[in-house]
Amino acid sequence: MAAPGGNTTKIKVGWAVLFVVTLVYALFPVFSILMTSFKTPGDLASNTLLPASFTWQNYEEIFVGGAQTLFLSALVNSIGITLIATAIAVVLATLCAYAVARFDFPGKKVILASALAVSIFPVISVVTPLFNLWRTIGLYDTWIGLIIPYLSLTLPLSIWTLSAFFRQIPWELEAAAQVDGATQWQAFRKAIVPLAAPGVFTTAILAFFIAWNDFVYGISLTSTEAARPVPAALAFFTGASQFEEPAGAISAAAIVVTVPVVILVVLFQRQIVSGLTQGAVKG
Amino acid sequence: MASIELKNLVKKYADGYPAVNDVSIDIEDGEFVILVGPSGCGKSTLLRMIVGLEDITEGDLLIDGERVNDVAPRQRDLSMVFQNYALYPHLTVFENIAFPLRLQKGRFSKKEVTDKVNGVSEMLELNEHLKRRPGNLSGGQRQRVAMGRAIVREAKAFLFDEPLSNLDAKLRGQMRTQISQLQRRLGTTSVYVTHDQVEAMTLGDRVAVLKKGELQQIASPRELYEQPANLFVAGFIGAPSMNFLPCTVTDGRLSTPVGDFDIPEGHQRAGEGKDIVLAGIRPEFFEDAETLEGSKRDRGSLLEVEISHTEWLGNEQYVYVHYEMDKRVEDTLQSLAEDMDADETRPELVISVSPESKLRGGDRATIWVDVSRIHLFDPATGENLTHDPEAGAELTRRAADERRRDAERAKERTEAAAQS
Repeated sequence: MAAPGGNTTKIKVGWAVLFVVTLVYALFPVFSILMTSFKTPGDLASNTLLPASFTWQNYEEIFVGGAQTLFLSALVNSIGITLIATAIAVVLATLCAYAVARFDFPGKKVILASALAVSIFPVISVVTPLFNLWRTIGLYDTWIGLIIPYLSLTLPLSIWTLSAFFRQIPWELEAAAQVDGATQWQAFRKAIVPLAAPGVFTTAILAFFIAWNDFVYGISLTSTEAARPVPAALAFFTGASQFEEPAGAISAAAIVVTVPVVILVVLFQRQIVSGLTQGAVKG
Repeated sequence: MASIELKNLVKKYADGYPAVNDVSIDIEDGEFVILVGPSGCGKSTLLRMIVGLEDITEGDLLIDGERVNDVAPRQRDLSMVFQNYALYPHLTVFENIAFPLRLQKGRFSKKEVTDKVNGVSEMLELNEHLKRRPGNLSGGQRQRVAMGRAIVREAKAFLFDEPLSNLDAKLRGQMRTQISQLQRRLGTTSVYVTHDQVEAMTLGDRVAVLKKGELQQIASPRELYEQPANLFVAGFIGAPSMNFLPCTVTDGRLSTPVGDFDIPEGHQRAGEGKDIVLAGIRPEFFEDAETLEGSKRDRGSLLEVEISHTEWLGNEQYVYVHYEMDKRVEDTLQSLAEDMDADETRPELVISVSPESKLRGGDRATIWVDVSRIHLFDPATGENLTHDPEAGAELTRRAADERRRDAERAKERTEAAAQS
């Protein structure tokens, strides 16, 4: 911050350029898909970025048209399965991370190490045995059949982020609450949880993205509208005829599934901003 | 309000190290007791055992005569001020103070909670900060919020864990006075942990000195100062600390490395037959013979010393005199210094003289010493050979009487205020 005047302007310009480049790099594909979603079928192969004429045709297709059953049920599945998997993961991970950060017990390292081991296991190597197992015990093509493998993705990540976050919490607050007349559970809920909330929200959003974006489990462990999530359903879109590409409808669907993610981030941005712990103890 | 009894309390950690070892203290209703000692002496652990945040390995803890060893902290009805305040950062000042009240579901109506919190915030001058969050407050304000949260509940006793150690010196002085007045006004039993001597001496009705988990002595500040039970207490209480001179008692005279002088009969008997003793002489037991009034002169003896250097501080002046260390007591003094968190002992006598004294480094000077207040210690056991328990107990009795008078006066004042 203390750099001389000329330097700071240069640095600012440098940062601005870097910022714009990154933004374009990240958002251009989204923009391209957005534009494609407004193109008419005949316009799809035109190799231009902007559509010749804007049309809602593709959105009509997925919401009220031919792809309606495929898309809407997939959307319901995606939302339901992802929310349940996220909720379970966050609750379990919060309790687990609390124990890991707060208590000393034998096997603490084993828990963290096995969580890490699970998360680095390649999904593709698990999916075939899982497919067989699920078919045998009747979980194939059900919500639970997807929630369980999603937990294996979201739990390790949640446990790690949350236990890192919980380690920074001033535990003296819990002691203070207990002296003030709280039970162990009340102390946790009234003194610790509000402080942990930003961490829990951040973790929940990360977990949500992982489950929301999954493709491999979604396509391998489902076969009908009963449980198929959106990323998998996109692969089943067909054009109006076999000579027509479904790219327009796929783009429209891709845009639609991006919206909840954006909404989530905007909604919880304030909670994600931490710094709430400031002032708990001597600054 | 309650009495607290600690009966042979022991805290052992998993590795067998006793952080608190066989400590017994009776704390009377309304009394202000200080736990003091160097770092690692177990004073904070002892406090956390009383409040219930640490398990008690052995012994009994009684509050109002009831054994509470296995009672959860929330049921002990004690309140505590933590060293780092432990305020709830997500709650406003008002809600922080109201927190203990809100936890007692259904006991207080909304209006009662508001009244109580406002009463406390009035007392602690927090009114204009009630809507702010702890993160936006200064250290002193946070400290007061922590105090408010402790007193709002009208708990049986207040426990303080070094509450002022995070404040700067000036604020510490103000808060010390405030805590003292508050405790007298409310008349609530208090236990206060500190490593600061000034806090210990000014706040406490009685002060418990701890070393390595063991209680060394518990007495009024005056008794600790005048009649220390052993070498450690003598060295720990008082600043600058007591001088310990290796010496022998021969033919009714005390021979020290800085000169010989007569001592009272009782001291002669205590020191006779010992190979070597340590004479404990506080810096303020000395005076420059030049600036001394005549009447005092007869009570003491005179010494001829060579001054190494002096320090003039305005309101006081210290004179330093080197002497030859005796090998036989070197280890004792070294381990004493370590116990007190000091790095090393120097064979140097600290003498407090009047600021008007013209003594300068390199001078030879005549120093007067008040022999009646000297104590002799056994270097092997650390025991005070000239300890007069009766005189000490008398000092502590007087302090207890003073406290009762204070409490009565405070009561009268509140009654008078209530009537008018």
